[in-house]
Amino acid sequence: MLSYLLFTLTIGGIYAMLALSLNLIWGGVGMVNLGLAGFFAVGAYATAIVTGAGAPVIVGLGSALLAGVIVGLLVTYGTLRLRGDYLAIVTLGLAEVIRLIALNERWLTHGADGMSGIVAPLRSMVGSQAFNLGYLVFVSTVVILLWLLLRRLDHSPFGRAIKAVREDQELAAFAGKPVLRLKLQTFAVSAAVASLAGALYSHFQSYISPDHFQPLITIYIFLAVSAGGVGRPAGAVIGAYAVVAFLEGTRFVAELLPGVDPLQAAALREMLVGAALLLVLHLRPQGLLPERIQPARKT
Amino acid sequence: MTLLLSVRGMTRSFYGVQVLTGVDLDIVEGSITGLIGPNGAGKSTLFNVLSGLYPPDGGRVLLAGRDVTGARPAQLVKAGMVRSFQLARGFPKLSVFQHLILYGQAQPGEGLWAAITGSKVARQREEELSEEALAVARRLRLDHVIDNPITALSGGQKKLVEIGRALMAHPKLILLDEPMAGVNPTLTEEIAAHLLALNADGITICLIEHDMALIRRLCNPVIVMAEGRKLVEGGFDEVAENRDVQEAYLGRRH
Repeated sequence: MLSYLLFTLTIGGIYAMLALSLNLIWGGVGMVNLGLAGFFAVGAYATAIVTGAGAPVIVGLGSALLAGVIVGLLVTYGTLRLRGDYLAIVTLGLAEVIRLIALNERWLTHGADGMSGIVAPLRSMVGSQAFNLGYLVFVSTVVILLWLLLRRLDHSPFGRAIKAVREDQELAAFAGKPVLRLKLQTFAVSAAVASLAGALYSHFQSYISPDHFQPLITIYIFLAVSAGGVGRPAGAVIGAYAVVAFLEGTRFVAELLPGVDPLQAAALREMLVGAALLLVLHLRPQGLLPERIQPARKT
Repeated sequence: MTLLLSVRGMTRSFYGVQVLTGVDLDIVEGSITGLIGPNGAGKSTLFNVLSGLYPPDGGRVLLAGRDVTGARPAQLVKAGMVRSFQLARGFPKLSVFQHLILYGQAQPGEGLWAAITGSKVARQREEELSEEALAVARRLRLDHVIDNPITALSGGQKKLVEIGRALMAHPKLILLDEPMAGVNPTLTEEIAAHLLALNADGITICLIEHDMALIRRLCNPVIVMAEGRKLVEGGFDEVAENRDVQEAYLGRRH
């Protein structure tokens, strides 16, 4: 039970990072990135490949960040003229392309077999229970640091400028804001955060395969950010933990129902997730912790 | 008499319809220039091209002696030209204060790295801008709604925010597209007084307006546009007596 709890909290932390990433790009600059799972995969595979070739974990994490930034910049450049739903479609496609590359480029990613034996730092030395605990502390620390960092961005003049782009990018240009630079930088940071989440996931699971990066993850993260409150980093973090708690909770609820076989139980869980999203959007469209207007500093 | 803005031979078509057919006009530094003309004369299109929303098909624009033909909106703001919109536009979820301070230029804190590290220069600039924004709000009597989202303001207050945020960019020239449209007479007076005060502070203003009494009181010179080009220019009375202008507004006598 303890290891299950540690596992769930660690996954919660990784979802929280993804939610922070989505909140920055969607809640910040207003670009709908349905390709989150793709960036998650890029980071996971980058570190798996680099550390598999013998590099230390820290280099693996660094290359995950770098790979995320590069793919993020490519996507932003490629979609500059797209807005709203069109951007969403392209990014959704991108995530599938990344997943299909992972599935077919066997020389690099071992295809559907996945990559196993990814280094779990210090596990052989301290044992798996201590590793799980230590990794939870590590992931949670990273979540807190990222949250502080993104909150700082949110409250800065940079945060104000990207929110202006989110609300009306044409008008932001008439306010003298460099819209293109703001979009590129924000997308790059957001992609780097999602890739970092992927890298941490990789070293935690020791095994990744294309199946781990289905578009469903993106939907869960959208649920997390919507439930938590779009445009506020704290909301994204809380929403992510709430979604993981809910997903795990439905596991028990579905088992409790009499006469439901495991396959039906799995389908029921998906339905409950959908129902939860509808309920949140209906009852509290602004989320648990909605975006706040920062009051003027009176002198 | 120095020219702040001069436009030569500006053309622009949309879907094969030539909306600007060769505009030549000058705006003198320190003036309040009125831009009038019947609907469809190309006034708003001229503003849109001048402010960088659309590139011109042909022609040249000089702003304070610098060639800014085809420059992007953000570059034009830096060069000292800011515009407002006919239908007051804003960022729905930002407050009045955020609108004002957003228009402050040269804020290094808008750089990603400076925002992360929280540079001292950015903090100082933020304090300067924040004081300035509060002063502008007081001047326009918006200080009691300073933290309200823009969507919670009345139509007239939105117009005042448009003027206030333009001011925050320290422009040499403000292009105002119908600053009094849809505003009650009292507020119209108030806006007129603000414009005169700004002009006295040295800001050149060019405005499109349909309220002729107001144009007569505020503007000298008045430029009349018709069919995509400048028809005549002069003092209000001189322009109003012009035969071509009357025909442009009322139609030709047969």
